[in-house]
Amino acid sequence: MNKIGIAGNCGKEDRSDCQVILELTESGGIQVELTSKVKRLYGKSIEADCRKGLDFFGIVNALVKINDNGTLPFTLAARIEAAVKQVFETSAEFLPPFLPQNNYSTARDCWRRARLYLPGNSPKLTINAGLHKADGFILDLEDSVAPLKKEEARLLVRNTLRQVDFYGAERMVRINQVPRGLEDLKFVIPHNVNLILIPKCESVDQVKQVDNEIKRIANEYKLTNPVWLMPIIESALGVIRAYEIAIASPNVVALAIGLEDYTADLGTQRTTEGRESLYARQALLNAARAAGVQAIDSVFSDVADLEALQKAVQESKALGFDGMGCIHPRQIKVVQDNYAPDAAAIDKARKIVKAFEEAEQKGQGVVALGSKMIDPPIVKRALRTIKLAESLGLLNANWREENV
Amino acid sequence: MKPELIKNAAGRLVPRIINDQEQIPFQGIGKFRPTGRKAAPLIPTCIDFPADGRKIVPDLKTALQKCGLRDGMTISTHHHLRDGDLVSNLLFDTIHEMGVKDLVWFPTASFPCNAPLIPYLEDGTINRIEGSMNGPLGRFVTEGKMHGTAVLRSHGGRVQALQDGEVKLDIAVIAAPSSDPFGNANGQSGPSACGVLGYAKADYLYADKVIVVTDNLVDFPNLPMEVEGNYVDYVVVVDKIGIPEKIVSGTTQITRSPDRLMIAELTAAFLEQSGILHDGCYMQAGAGGTSLAIGYYTHQILRQRGWKARLAFGGSTKYMTAMLEDGSLEHILDAQAFDLEAVRSIAKNANHYPYPVFNAYNYHSKGNLSSMMDIMILGATEVDVNFNGNVVTHSDGYLLHGIGGWQNCLFAKCTILPIPSFRDRIPVIVDNVTTLCGPGELIDVIVTERGIAINPQRTDLLDKLKGSSLPLVNIRDLQAEVERICGGKPDKPDFGERSVAAIKWVDGTVIDVVREVKV
Repeated sequence: MNKIGIAGNCGKEDRSDCQVILELTESGGIQVELTSKVKRLYGKSIEADCRKGLDFFGIVNALVKINDNGTLPFTLAARIEAAVKQVFETSAEFLPPFLPQNNYSTARDCWRRARLYLPGNSPKLTINAGLHKADGFILDLEDSVAPLKKEEARLLVRNTLRQVDFYGAERMVRINQVPRGLEDLKFVIPHNVNLILIPKCESVDQVKQVDNEIKRIANEYKLTNPVWLMPIIESALGVIRAYEIAIASPNVVALAIGLEDYTADLGTQRTTEGRESLYARQALLNAARAAGVQAIDSVFSDVADLEALQKAVQESKALGFDGMGCIHPRQIKVVQDNYAPDAAAIDKARKIVKAFEEAEQKGQGVVALGSKMIDPPIVKRALRTIKLAESLGLLNANWREENV
Repeated sequence: MKPELIKNAAGRLVPRIINDQEQIPFQGIGKFRPTGRKAAPLIPTCIDFPADGRKIVPDLKTALQKCGLRDGMTISTHHHLRDGDLVSNLLFDTIHEMGVKDLVWFPTASFPCNAPLIPYLEDGTINRIEGSMNGPLGRFVTEGKMHGTAVLRSHGGRVQALQDGEVKLDIAVIAAPSSDPFGNANGQSGPSACGVLGYAKADYLYADKVIVVTDNLVDFPNLPMEVEGNYVDYVVVVDKIGIPEKIVSGTTQITRSPDRLMIAELTAAFLEQSGILHDGCYMQAGAGGTSLAIGYYTHQILRQRGWKARLAFGGSTKYMTAMLEDGSLEHILDAQAFDLEAVRSIAKNANHYPYPVFNAYNYHSKGNLSSMMDIMILGATEVDVNFNGNVVTHSDGYLLHGIGGWQNCLFAKCTILPIPSFRDRIPVIVDNVTTLCGPGELIDVIVTERGIAINPQRTDLLDKLKGSSLPLVNIRDLQAEVERICGGKPDKPDFGERSVAAIKWVDGTVIDVVREVKV
């Protein structure tokens, strides 16, 4: 029997996806059998795209069955490529066009209050995700992707990076654990990823391996946009080594903590109060601050309870964290609003920025507020607070004219 | 022979004759004026009715026989029991058993529960449906399998057709959750309680014969008399008129879809920033998941601002009764109770008042509630770049929804369609709607997850929102973005020659037809 390639999903819940079953044949050209609820409207287009994909890989005789549930073209292309790659080995890549608006870079200290996790192999969740205005979107190749689906997920995430508009949010990918994750990088780095999350990170070496592989790919493809790193600490050992990890590469911009795995590693369970993880969170936070990077808290898993989320975020902010992962779009606004600076912080930032601007006008090198000297990083932070407060509508753009 | 087609004022080709009746093509909004007098039913005399007021007959067959049922008659049912209705199917089972043929079924709406009627459409017991079609019946009709041509009317258009004599109703069969032996009926109590019987009023006023079918016979007088026994010929008592869990609509939960919640939030923000939502406003309410979410967000705004809405009209739900109870809303005029909380509220709150569509939507009348509404939230399967709307067919040409009150509601001061910009790869914003149900000049705003498109004719709204933080977009840019995502424009379905359904405008003229789809 001929080798058969099967990719994608066609369950009732798998909207915007399809399953492609590809069987190479000896003769008879390309036969496409399509089942689709949009067949009357896009049947011809689906068939044409399918033929284009097979033609790209030089396949002239094959039977292709497509069971479609409203797939968009970039997903179909990924599914066809995945099926082809199960049938024979090829390093050729069938790429959809790269949306020009997706070509941007992010600053090392940009806001990372709310980052939405998107399972890398579930297209229905990614298509409109950008509309929900998170600070970042994490296309996940790790825990949300079943082991047997890892290969096809890489192709889909790659196509998602090229085709889905994230409206300026930071484009992130969570790769698999090193060393497997190193292979993931080849599929995503050339397509303008802004940040890579390194899961279950517990050594400097893991960070360096990722960093070096990214450098290698960036050189190969002549990429210029920075690719930042966010190691996720998810074990007792990781917590102990948090500081070393944070300074392992200048590209590390944040440390994140993953409490599900961490508490399992401790031999306990997560509780709402979180006493079991307080040490780890504070240790991670301290390490992050010592290394001059952001500290990102673990996700809040009850998506229905936004009030409890709000409390959790307020507490997290009080501990010093800069942001939290989100697992549902509804969490984004709550997380963003509650990590936003409060009135006292905005007020302090206004005073610092005013003092800084006055000192600049007078040509003074040193900024002072009252009798206190203000260091440049504090000015920088105050400027960011003001910028954020303005963008959140917490502060009028003409605040300089208002009386403090 | 090819049917004679005429181009109507909306540029759509429509037949001059449908089901042997001469039609008036759509002439433009507010252009057609009817003349003459209202239609009237037969005059009865009380000497033909039992002096003790007991109009009960043993079964539906006897009632139909006494009504003089014969081939070719028009017979109506009403959808207040929604997908839990058992009476329409019982009715046609009985008629089939009696061997009567060629009937016109004139329901206020049909539901998937009516799929068992398909064999009766095949064997000619029913010649055609004049009413909205959902699910399997819509599919059957679209594929050209029904003998006659379907006629789809809005709720108001249906009242108007009875009143104007365009439809002569022979027998109305009203499923009643409670009735007394005289035929005084309401929807508020009994095992199949559904709240209000808002759709049946025109039918009992204009039908020659009226049969009330109930599973809950109570002593005279049954109050309130939503259906007045004086108009009723026979009362039939059966075991069960409905399946309670299916009477309550399946759509009365706030959506959990993040995209739809976003559309709802944008809609509420639009209402607030445009000033359309204000203290004392009149708002319409629907029971779709997005519509309920809009209700939820507007409720928050009313509370924050300390405003009260004067009136909500439409289908009532627990979300609306909560507004009534906390004082954010002063009155509900109710055409249809969608959940049990609403059913209870009608029975206990005098400001929650049954208000039949009869009073709200008839275009040939002395004024309508719909044009008084400040806020109107409606849905659509498609909207085109000229803001024309389609609610009855999908882009593949299949008839899958009824018009309901949609056309009537377009006359509100601001009509807003909160809709996703595409569904399952199918763009909702199109060049030309597959079936024209509502002209673009009556559709003011489209709110999608990708931004808000305001009809360029509403310069007042555009001026008011200039410089606002709302994501305003041009509808053509929106269309281009959606087509980019969906991989180009969809193909057109393969239509045959035959018109399988006529779409009436609110004034009784023909605005469009649905063509047979070749399978």
